[in-house]
Order: sequence, then C-alpha cells, then structure tokens
Amino acid sequence: MADSEDIRAGDGHGETRRDFLYLATGAFGAAGGAIALWPLIHQMSPARDTLALATTEVDLSPIEVGQSITVVWQGKPVFIRRRTEAEIEEAGTVALDDLPDPQPDAERARKPEWLIVVGVCTHLGCIPKGQATGDRKGEYGGWFCPCHGSHYDTSGRIRKGPAPKNLPVPSYEFLSDSLVRIG
Amino acid sequence: MTQPWMKNRLVQWIDYRLPMFSFAEKELIDYPTPRNLSYWWNFGSLAGIVLVIMIVTGIVLAMHYTPHVDHAFDSVERIMRDVNYGWLIRYIHTNGGSAFFIIVYIHIFRGLYYGSYKSPREILWILGVVILLCMMATAFMGYVLPWGQMSFWGATVITNLFSAVPIVGDIIVTWLWGGFTVDNPTLNRFFSLHYLMPFVIVGVVVLHLVSLHQHGSNNPLGIDAKGPQDKIPFHPYYTVKDMFGLSAFLTIFAGFVFFAPNFFGEPENYIPADPLLTPPHIVPEWYFLPYYAILRSITFDIWFLSAKLIGVVLMFGSILVLFLVPWLDRSPVRSARYRPIYKQLFWVLVIDCVVLGWVGGNPPEGIFVIIGQIATLYYFAHFLVLMPLLSVIETPRPLPTSIAEPVLGGGSGPPAAAPQTMEKAQ
Repeated sequence: MADSEDIRAGDGHGETRRDFLYLATGAFGAAGGAIALWPLIHQMSPARDTLALATTEVDLSPIEVGQSITVVWQGKPVFIRRRTEAEIEEAGTVALDDLPDPQPDAERARKPEWLIVVGVCTHLGCIPKGQATGDRKGEYGGWFCPCHGSHYDTSGRIRKGPAPKNLPVPSYEFLSDSLVRIG
Repeated sequence: MTQPWMKNRLVQWIDYRLPMFSFAEKELIDYPTPRNLSYWWNFGSLAGIVLVIMIVTGIVLAMHYTPHVDHAFDSVERIMRDVNYGWLIRYIHTNGGSAFFIIVYIHIFRGLYYGSYKSPREILWILGVVILLCMMATAFMGYVLPWGQMSFWGATVITNLFSAVPIVGDIIVTWLWGGFTVDNPTLNRFFSLHYLMPFVIVGVVVLHLVSLHQHGSNNPLGIDAKGPQDKIPFHPYYTVKDMFGLSAFLTIFAGFVFFAPNFFGEPENYIPADPLLTPPHIVPEWYFLPYYAILRSITFDIWFLSAKLIGVVLMFGSILVLFLVPWLDRSPVRSARYRPIYKQLFWVLVIDCVVLGWVGGNPPEGIFVIIGQIATLYYFAHFLVLMPLLSVIETPRPLPTSIAEPVLGGGSGPPAAAPQTMEKAQ
C-alpha cells in the first residue's frame, strides 16, 4: 500500500501504470465473464431438433365450404377455414379504419376461399373457439377467445377485446389446388 | 443471562471455533423483543416453518416425479395412488402452497397496518417484497409441473405476458419456452427452477432476518422501545407464543389436508394437458386472482400503448409499488392505531384486494369488467395518491410515552420491576 502511494505521489498525476493494469484486467474479466454467460443464456433457446419441425403439409380436399380444420404446425394449432361467400364478402367489405390492427382481407388470404391463420390468441396465447360446430364464434362470426374475451372476424382480424393484433398468417404455399405447405 | 449449557467444556470448545452457541443465545434466546407483540406477529415465523415444510415435501416429491410431457401427469397420479404416503406428501405440498400465501399476505397486511416498513425497517420491507416475488415465481412454476390442463394453459398465458414487451417480446417468449409453444423444454426448465427457487428464498429470508434483528421487531403501538422495561427475551415468551400459533395453524392445515385436500385446487387440472384445447375458463390459483383481475382490467389502448402492455405493466406494477411504500407514506406515526383516517383506508384496501380476487375468478364480461377497473384504479390510488396525501392532511392521535405504560395499565410504576420478575421466572 505504501509503495503504490509512493508511486502515485512521485507521478504527480492521479493515474499510474497500476491503475491502467487494474482497469485493463477488470475490463478483460468483465468481457470474458459476459462471453462465458452467453452459452448459459442461449441454451434456453429452441434446440436444433425443435427447429427442425418447421413445416407441415396439409391435404385440403376433404374440407367442404364452411368447414374448418385445425392442424398442428410447430406445436401450434393452425386454423384452416374454407370460407363461405358470405364470410368472404363480410371480410372484404369492412372499413379498415374500424380495425384495431388494419389489414385488408386480400393481404391475409392468398386465395379468398382459404383462410389460414395461426390459432393462437395474440393476447395471451389461448386457443380461440370457433373451429368446432356449436362453438361460440364471437360477435364477428370468426373466432372468440374465452380466456379474456377477444373477438376475431372471418378474416381472423381482431375486432373487439384485449388482443392487440390479428391472428398471424403463417407463411404458406399452395403446392397444388388441394395441397398446402405451411412454414 | 448465560445459558447453563454454555458452561459445558465441549460447547465452549466448539463455540470458540464456530460461534453457533453464542449466536443462538444472542439471536434466539436473549434476543430482546417488544413485550406487547400481538398474535399478528406470529405470521413471520409461521411463514418460515411453512417454507421448511414445502422444501422437505418438495424434495421427497421430486424423488418420484418425472419432468417429461409424456410422463409428468402419470407420475403425479402414481404419487397419489402407488407411492407410500405419496397422497399425503403431495396434499401437504399443494395445500402448503396456499397456506404459505395466506400467511404471507397476512404478514404483509400486518406490516401495512402497523407501519412496519418505516425507518429504520425500509430494507427489511424491501427484502420481504423480494421474497413475495420469488414465492410467486416458485408457485407459478410448481403449478405447471403436474401438466394438467390448468398447468399448461396457465403457463401459456403467463409466459405470453412477456410478449407484451415492445420489439423483443416474441424473442423473449420463444427463449422462455425453448420452442414455439409451451412444451417439453419448458416443463424441464420449470422443474429445474422450481427446485432452485426455494433455496433462493431461504437466502433472502436470512437477509430479512439479519435486517430484522438489527433493530428488532416493530410492535402494535409503533413506537420505539425506550428501555429494557419495554422488551422481554424472545425465549421463552415468544417461542411459546409462536409454538401455540403453530399448533393452531397446523390444526386448521391438517383439516384441509385430510378433509378438503382439493379445496384450493381446480378440478380442471386433473385433466391431462391438451395443447390444442383451451379450457373454457382459465383461472390461476386463488393467490394470483387479484393480479389477474388487474391484468384483465385494461381493455383499451392509451395512445400508442396497447391494452395488453398496459395490463401487464400494471400487474407487475401492483407488486412493484410495494417497494416504494416506505417513501410514499411520509407520516412519522407507524401504527394505524394512532392514524384515524389511515386505519379506515387500510380496511378499504383489504376489501379492494378481496374484490379484485373475486373479479379475477370470474369471466371478463359485463359488470366484472367495470368492477375490476374501479378496483384496479383504487388499488393504485391507495398507494400513489392517498398514502402521500394522508401524510400531510391527517392529524394523528397522541402516542403513548412508552410500550410499558399501556401494557402495565397506564401505571408508570418502577420501570425495572417487571423485567426483574421475568428473569426470575426463567
């Protein structure tokens, strides 16, 4: 201690080679610690086998007009609804200004007859009702989330309730008229 | 007063090297405690005992539990049906969770009523709020482990809260899940953390106790001890009082464990988790209902902030506001006994929390939305508006001059007389 004080006093400034070494060592240690922490954090992200389950192919031929099916994609339910003329009409004519998350129906359904959305409420992740016959479909004829009361329309757009966003549209591709690949 | 066993040569030999005996004598036996503590002061030690019960039963349950989505539900049912006394251990553990929250909530409201958070006990109070947060995380993850319908959907709803974080919300949620939904990686990490957290709680409890013993307990009068006549040794006076309270608690607790073990539970959680079917009515465990009501009370956007984000912020804010209580309440008088207006508002807050719990247990429709919004508004108004306001406008009643005075029937008496008698009694 006395030695370092001597060095400091002799230098005339507050800074010494030793101060530099303290700082450099500290910075090196902190950076190393942060880098060592990353594997411990990143191990919690989806593992490679989880990421591998990325696409799902669905045969659409058995679905009649007005029917809906639920398929699993990445562990999540995906709603596929073959919409009626009335439903398409309703989804296409609503004024965008009335929507909490404005998006035209044409952007959401590549083929107007087929609506494909991830069936996970954008509020807190419940599965909305409206797939099975007899389900409550909400005030806008689409889906109704029973957890916190969000209403979705026939384009899967949020119309009323706490959910902030429309039901997301997954990336999908029609491989033929009756076969779609999701993901 | 030196304990007789301190004269033992072996005890002395050990104590010279590891001062466990003198520590116990100082902190558990002689520890001077206000002479006027009521039964509301039982709940701290009671919470500590329940924590030990939870750790012991939890370690034993972990010997039979399998943290895998295909086996978790069945392994819990096996504990209930096949493992020797498994039903008993699990029912103690599940009801113990509810008991822990009842006790801790009473403990917190005790602190609020008697101003136990005021100087010099601010850090003691803050550590208590940290313990509450750790308990909530532990209880939430523990509830997921049986992998029933409520486990799964509770986990889904609560982890989705983090998606409200702007920009990085979805990244955080995927990271928490270890996948694209609540799934096996989620269950595994929750099991790991559920096992870890109780020991974190033990650590914070130790700090809580160190901080408590620095200045000693507050008391129903809220005034500082003026001298030795105001305090009595912890043992035997409060050891016996705590033991009596513990007996009363265990009697009631055993009543639930043996006669109504599923009273606090949800029947829905005896249905195995189905990721494609949300139950019609998701409710958290009863001890989370008030926060759930606050979360759901926000049904409207404010400027660019979504209803979801505000709801989440308010829900966490309802706990975080407790951290500020020592500085929101500027009144120099601790105990509500001498604060006529605060005393009434305290009970309004208690009722408000019960109302929030009731709203949280009901579907978010019609009148419940309105009631939930009013109760949420009042909750925050109590802490952020009324508490600071009362510090200014309330005229407190005169405080007694010492703890001993009202206890000894107002007689100022010879101050040293009472403690001397007690020393003899020991």
